[in-house]
This record gives sequence, structure tokens and C-alpha cells, in this order.
Amino acid sequence: MRKYTPKDNVQKKAYYTDRFWVAPRVPREKVEAGSHFAAVVDALGKLAKESYIEIGQLVVHIDPTQNVEVMRILKESCGYTQCSEQSAVDYLAQDGEFELFYQLLNITEAKRVRVHCRIKEGESIESITPLFKSANFAEREMFDMFGIYVNNHPFLKRIIMPDDWEGHPLLKTYPLQGDEFASWYEVDKIFGKEYRDVIGPENRDPSRIDRYDTKRFSRVGYEVPFGADISEGEKENPIEYSETILVDYTKDSGQQLDERR
Amino acid sequence: MAQHQVNYASAAGLPIALTSVDKLVNWGRSNSLWPLTYGLACCAIEMMASGASRYDFDRMGTIFRASPRQADVMILAGTLSKKHSEFARRLYDQMTEPKWVISMGSCANTGGMFNTYATVQGVDRIVPVDIYLPGCAPRPETLQYALMMLQKKIRRESANMNNNTKNNLRLV
Repeated sequence: MRKYTPKDNVQKKAYYTDRFWVAPRVPREKVEAGSHFAAVVDALGKLAKESYIEIGQLVVHIDPTQNVEVMRILKESCGYTQCSEQSAVDYLAQDGEFELFYQLLNITEAKRVRVHCRIKEGESIESITPLFKSANFAEREMFDMFGIYVNNHPFLKRIIMPDDWEGHPLLKTYPLQGDEFASWYEVDKIFGKEYRDVIGPENRDPSRIDRYDTKRFSRVGYEVPFGADISEGEKENPIEYSETILVDYTKDSGQQLDERR
Repeated sequence: MAQHQVNYASAAGLPIALTSVDKLVNWGRSNSLWPLTYGLACCAIEMMASGASRYDFDRMGTIFRASPRQADVMILAGTLSKKHSEFARRLYDQMTEPKWVISMGSCANTGGMFNTYATVQGVDRIVPVDIYLPGCAPRPETLQYALMMLQKKIRRESANMNNNTKNNLRLV
């Protein structure tokens, strides 16, 4: 199985870089004057630090302290009445920041707006739950997965992982197969920590074969009783085939039917 | 009254079937295995299909029960997440003795493709498993076969569950 390597530095230093590789980027277009999105950008005014169109969607970068204000304008003046998704992206190793995004939908115009803002590690963000009810679970998930605190959230509690979980699994630094806490979680909780030795570490490789484990494996031609110790080798137990019962079906098989019966 | 009086001594054979308590008890246990209605993931769909009319578990005396107090078998059908493992163990503890566990599908056996922080890597970490049933997901026939293997196992066990250790199982 592939060995786990820590991913703390993976954003800064990729293990393989092609000099001639240019990462494809979604083309960014300017907001056309007179369009629906131009009116949205006008309504936001100075709150929008940067705005452009990506694949028919308006993307607006804002200051994280003004997110509620921006959301209120978008909801009440521009008709973006649905918050379909809200989460974050971990750019901690690269920039020391999280990128938060809010995806909004205007049903009457069939238009979408994505609002981006960046916060530093340890900073928190104001909740938009008073404006959008759907942000309640999304913000809880963001807290669960990234550890970003949301101020004035009605019920900020882990939503996916158990309440007593340690760590935030969607951080790039979180190992995919879990830290020590994660790998012993159910054993610690059900049986207690002293049971770790009884149960043993997680078997992470389903295709693992242990040559000397006679409880789970047996070797054809070298069968031994269940659980026998074979560290010193085992006796050969040759396979015997019956010589009388076996029939050679290839003999006299030339008979063919000449006509239909 | 006594029209049908049988003269036992003169009859060709006594109307008695000789057996051992073990055989009788195991006959009863193995032919009315009641699993817990308990699905975890997609394997549960196959488990439901096994219980429904086409594959018909009822004809084997296997009727799904919605309460762990009435169930004999726990079929762990699907991915067991770490968050849920506590409750799976609690359901197992609530079942009355004697009880057996079938681990159904790759995810329950070893964690399967979910080699991640949130999945229990094999349900045998939290409950003792009698039958490991491979497949992703196993077809209903496979679950039937697993159940028949479990019946076979029960029939060669001792009626006193305390005597049943791995070493004294009679290999038939």
C-alpha cells in the first residue's frame, strides 16, 4: 500500500512540476454595461472590490467584514433569494488564508452570483443565517470541516462528524486516513482506551496476506489446523486426485449428429 | 375414551424419536433466524430484496424484526461510519442471547473502498462476526447462502452458548 506522506507543504512545493504546463483557467469576462449583472455590481457599489463573469455567473470579491451587508443588498435589492451553497477552501499553506464563498440564486432572472471573501486563519465570519435559512447547515458544515467560527450563528455545532471529534477533516493538513484519535475513535468510545491492545491497529489494506496467520489464511497443499503455529514451517499435505473417478471426456468425442432429431 | 390405546411394548417401534438436547435446540434456533431490520448503506437494498417476495427469506424461517429484543441475527449491511459505530454496538448489546452477526459486503468486512478517517475498517472491530459475506454489493442469493452457512454453523454448535469457543466447534 502507498505510504502516507504529510501534506503540510504540498501547496507550496508540488512534488512534480512541468515547466511548460500552464494550468487551464476559466476565462474571466468583464461585466457588460446594461446587463443584469451590471445592475448588481452598481447596487453593491464600493462593497464589490472586484467583479467579473465566469461561465455566465457573476463573481464578486468582497471584504469579509461586510458579508452580511452585501448579502442583504443582493437579497433585498437584486432578488437573489436563495443561498444554494456556502463553504470554504483551504489556502492556508499557500496564502495563510481561507477563501469563503457564497453561491446565490435569483429564481426570477435565472441568474447566479458567487461572492468570495478571504479570511486569515483564526479569524471568524459573521453569520448570514438571519437572511438565508439554508446558510444555517452550510455554516455548521464549514465549522465542522474547517474549524472556521461563525459569529452569531443560532446553533454552531458539528454537523457531520461526531460532537466529540478532534480535528477538522477538510483541512489540507488533515491526513486522509485519520490521525491517532480518528483511528481509535470507535474503540475508545465503545470499549475504552485499554482495549486498544486487544483489538489492534486498523487493517487498512484489504488485500493484505499474512503467510503465518493460520486463522485467516490457509495454503493449498499445506493445510494445518485452525490457529496452528507455523512459524517453523509446515508439513506438505499433497493434493490427491482420484484416478478412477476422473473421466476423459475428450476421448471418443468425435461423434457428431448428422441430422436433426 | 381409550379407543386408540397403543400397546407400546408390542408395537413394531416406540413412538419416540431419540435425539440430543443440542440437536433439538439447534434445530429450533437455526430454522427461525430472525434478523434485525437494520440497513447501513447500499447493501441494505440487497438485504431488502432478499426479504421481499422474489427471494423470500420467509420460506427459510427468516423474518426481519424491527426490534433488537426480538432479533437473533444482526446483518451489518453496508458502510459503518465511526460516528454510527457506537449505535451499532448498542443495538448488538440490546439483542438477546443467543445472537449472531453477519457482516455483509466489502465495506462491513474491511472498510472496502472507504479507506478514510471516517469509516470503521471492518465491523469486527466492534462486534464479533460469525459470517463474512464478500461482494460489493452481494446479490440476494449470496446473502441467502450466508444465512444457510450460518444455519450450518449453528447446527454444529453446543446448545449452551458458553461452551462455544473456536476450539471446540465440531468441524462437519
